[in-house]
Amino acid sequence: MKLTVNGKTYERDLPEDMPLLWVLRDELDLKGTKYGCGVAQCGACTVHLDGSPVRACITPVGTVGDAAVTTIEAISETPQGKALQAAWLELDVMQCGYCQAGQIMSAQALLRDTPKPTDADIDAAMDGNLCRCATYTRIRAAIKTAAGLPATDMREA
Amino acid sequence: MDTLDLSRRHFLSVTLAAGGALAVGLKAHANVDSAPQRLSAFITVAPDNTVTIRARMPEIGQGIKTGLAMIIAEELDADWSKVIVETAPVDEKTFGPQFAGGSMSTPTSYDAMRRAGAAVRAMFVGAASETWSVPAGELTVSKAVVIHARSGRTLTYGQLVARAAGVPAPDLRTVTLKDPRDFRIVGHAHGGVDSPRIVTGRPIFGIDTTVPGMRYAVLARPPVYGARLKSADLDAVKKLPGVTHAFTLHGTGDLHGLRDSVAIVATSWWLAKSARDQLKAEWDDAIGAPHDSAVYRAQAETLLKGKGTAVKTKDDIAAGLARAAKTVEAVYDVPFIPHVTLEPQNCTAAPTKDGGLEIWAPSQTPGGGKSLVASALGIPEDRITVHMVRAGGGFGRRLENDYMLEAAAVAKTANVPVKLLWSREDDVAYDYFRPGHMHALKAGLDADGHIDAYYAHGVTYSRDGKVAQGAGITPHDLPYLVADNFTLEQSTIETTAQTGYLRAPSSNGLAFVHESFLDEIAHAAEKDPLDYRLAMIDHAIAHLPAGDKPGYDLSRARTVLSALRECCGWDGRGGLPKGTALGVATYFSHRGYFAEAAKVRVDADGTWRVLKVWVAGDVGSIIVNPSAARNQVEGSVIDGIGALRQEITFEKGRAAQTNFTEIPMMRMSDAPQVDVHFVQSDNPPTGLGEPALPPVLPAVCNAIFAATGIRVRRLPLLPEALKTA
Repeated sequence: MKLTVNGKTYERDLPEDMPLLWVLRDELDLKGTKYGCGVAQCGACTVHLDGSPVRACITPVGTVGDAAVTTIEAISETPQGKALQAAWLELDVMQCGYCQAGQIMSAQALLRDTPKPTDADIDAAMDGNLCRCATYTRIRAAIKTAAGLPATDMREA
Repeated sequence: MDTLDLSRRHFLSVTLAAGGALAVGLKAHANVDSAPQRLSAFITVAPDNTVTIRARMPEIGQGIKTGLAMIIAEELDADWSKVIVETAPVDEKTFGPQFAGGSMSTPTSYDAMRRAGAAVRAMFVGAASETWSVPAGELTVSKAVVIHARSGRTLTYGQLVARAAGVPAPDLRTVTLKDPRDFRIVGHAHGGVDSPRIVTGRPIFGIDTTVPGMRYAVLARPPVYGARLKSADLDAVKKLPGVTHAFTLHGTGDLHGLRDSVAIVATSWWLAKSARDQLKAEWDDAIGAPHDSAVYRAQAETLLKGKGTAVKTKDDIAAGLARAAKTVEAVYDVPFIPHVTLEPQNCTAAPTKDGGLEIWAPSQTPGGGKSLVASALGIPEDRITVHMVRAGGGFGRRLENDYMLEAAAVAKTANVPVKLLWSREDDVAYDYFRPGHMHALKAGLDADGHIDAYYAHGVTYSRDGKVAQGAGITPHDLPYLVADNFTLEQSTIETTAQTGYLRAPSSNGLAFVHESFLDEIAHAAEKDPLDYRLAMIDHAIAHLPAGDKPGYDLSRARTVLSALRECCGWDGRGGLPKGTALGVATYFSHRGYFAEAAKVRVDADGTWRVLKVWVAGDVGSIIVNPSAARNQVEGSVIDGIGALRQEITFEKGRAAQTNFTEIPMMRMSDAPQVDVHFVQSDNPPTGLGEPALPPVLPAVCNAIFAATGIRVRRLPLLPEALKTA
């Protein structure tokens, strides 16, 4: 089976139903994509297929085909990814950090499609990504910072 | 737990290491039994001025790896941009207790880390003093550069390394510490030292561990707690793709020991898990039948009608209740809830040539895990090496080392290196849950609304006849101190479920119970709930017996409440729109005093949303890393709100919930704004992993009452309960 990940082509003999998550982590040694639930409820495994965010834990590798897979390891090659990583560090977003790769992957897709997101846009794009440490206030601020917006939360408060 | 007392137990040992670096180790004083001395490079200063500091505590997201290094770097006068922080080896003889729990890492390390840093600084100053033949008192240090202002000369630590190695290490007991007003690193916000690796997806967590020849393991555990394995078709499993080993492990019945289980080892985790899905096993699960949440509830209701065992009393509760001008009564109900660290439990273990094990564990108590593995598997402790690996969340779940013992047992039996990884379903099923409890409360008020009598009877859980782990029901001492007469009683229900410590253990449920009830009392007394708390505290302070210094510091509680009153717009709350209101609560846990106000909007259909939370907290004189500190508080507050919505129920001895599909979690759109204020007091600095969490639960529920007139006495808090139209 052929797979293109972060611009590199891999050939592996793999069961078709093996989720992309485990192919990335255990077969290709790309450990940045995380396992959290296995049922697309937490977003820790978010990667991009041809630029669209998907949950790698429920994506059988056999369905990936020719689609280009992008993971956290290569997201800095996009301007949004680079800006998000910088904002994450600037605002000291993370606590345990386990979810943050998935958060950044979802946020990159948001900013690419919606360069100046509102709080409602952020809620809609990011609600699928759990942060068990609940660093949500900083994730929100970091997305806005990366977008060049004031970090202020404009929701009712 | 002990504070790491450097002055008593340790001295510094200095060597010149490879590359000409100055390596400063912590050396424990010789034991009377002349046990071998251990030396670990603790602070290393290289000729290029790089300072490497080893952080002694497990990092679970609380930021301690950064915080401890900041404390050392401060007294060392290091250049923070040239500080590298590494995780120390697990070696409690050298580093003292190494654990992440009870918000204890800061209070148990602060003084010791300062002394270690100051001692090394003194050696460099001594070296410069010798080099220039000038008194040490004429020298200052800035960012690892020793300066003699009078002559305009400077030398970097890197240039002084060889000479400093020859300067006698100062006595840690008497080494001069800085005036905190001169701090340049501590007290200033610094990003987490591991963060650059995290945002780029580098392997750093326990689950990312890879060792040569490693295989992957899963365990099939009992379908109900305490069930015994009758039979398993191991031969069939061994034939499945990728499977290299399948064998049984025998359970001990101990809460911390192995469970009866089937271990499956394979060439990938996915194949191991797929094989487990096809495993045919028979279990004797009769033990589970009576363990059901509905049965527990009926038992609790019966027990609450009677009297419990007295846990704590003051004076004459019966007389106080009998003469009350007004009586307030309520029953509160708190469910079991899970930890669900986002990184599921995992551990990697490899057999060593001497019959021991090398282990990589995301544990909050790695030293305890080592002892557990040694005793359970009969391996001498000195043949076990445990590496602390960054944990994707702890919350108390990783105070347990069951996953470490399982990985060790599998690696030892299969005699191959294995990475054991739990699925999310495994993690939920075999969590050590925050136990539920139910309380009957009764307060007798005098004509002025003062609490004459405060009675609480709590029903909690037991295991093997003893109060279960994490199931204590003694709240903080505020009710005890403010009431003239007080009685706390306890009854227990036997459970087979695993229970344990969840972030702010016991306080996370008891704050909801007692601070909500206090709000009921204030309303019954027709008083402002915030001012009522202040008045009660004043009354208690005025009536403390002379010389009595309770563990609960009433004046610190008063200070945070007053600070909260100033910042949350308490007096303007009358102008809030219909359905929106403020609620207040305070709680003391893990050495931290917190008062919090929640602004909550409740819609007619019962939908509720926390809009904003104000926090006033006192964790002592110094906030080591303000960025990490605020992050902990923001996270604790949102985590606590999430706890209002969660519940684990049991059906015939097993948890009914299996994954996030059935466990509501706080998400981006749920998270309110959080406004954090630290009130710095003249007390030693303490930790922030926990104490900001408990008050938010009652603050939200008290706001809901203010908004709707509906008193929340039972969790989880469901919209149906708040429907007004």
